[in-house]
Amino acid sequence: MSDLRDRIRDTIETEPVVAFIKGTHEQAYCGNSERAMQALRAVGAGFTTVDVLVDPEIRQELTALSSWPTIPQVFVKGELVGGADIVQELAASGELEATLQEKLGETWRRPGEERTVAVTDGPGLRVLPGA
Amino acid sequence: MSERLEVLLQAAFPDAREVAVVDRTGGGDHFHVTVVDGRFSGLSLVDQHRLVYDALADPLADGTIHELRITTRGEG
Repeated sequence: MSDLRDRIRDTIETEPVVAFIKGTHEQAYCGNSERAMQALRAVGAGFTTVDVLVDPEIRQELTALSSWPTIPQVFVKGELVGGADIVQELAASGELEATLQEKLGETWRRPGEERTVAVTDGPGLRVLPGA
Repeated sequence: MSERLEVLLQAAFPDAREVAVVDRTGGGDHFHVTVVDGRFSGLSLVDQHRLVYDALADPLADGTIHELRITTRGEG
């Protein structure tokens, strides 16, 4: 069990809404990561992001924990809600709001409250995805 | 490459009402797959997509699939 995996697990369990994406809440480097954030914004949710491009091991350890092979991955109160397709579909159907409300109560309504947190020490070296 | 994914999906979902694979960019690595199968009924979307990921584990692991969009339905 690695320290990194523990830190990722802590982040999943302590952040009410956390999205593991390629990039940050200010700049996504992947259309799917952007779609997941847009879905959260569309319902007015605040959220935290973790940039998996900082270190390839973040994605490895995250997938070991979640058994979900792709990025992004959105968790609400410790539970995987889905990737971009699911989160977008749930937002469109109204189920995303219902899930947020059920798990977090009114506290999830924090439009614009977005931040990116690190799970590794130091700034890391972001490797931009290839074309 | 779409054919390989279609074969894998049809093997995993032999009773599916629909299995479709679209190469979104023509580059052979960005795909949108659709599976309509009664066995999805009652499953969460996460569990539905997990079944698709399981079916495509090899092309996901070997890098064939760079990006994957998934649409699943239990009915229709």
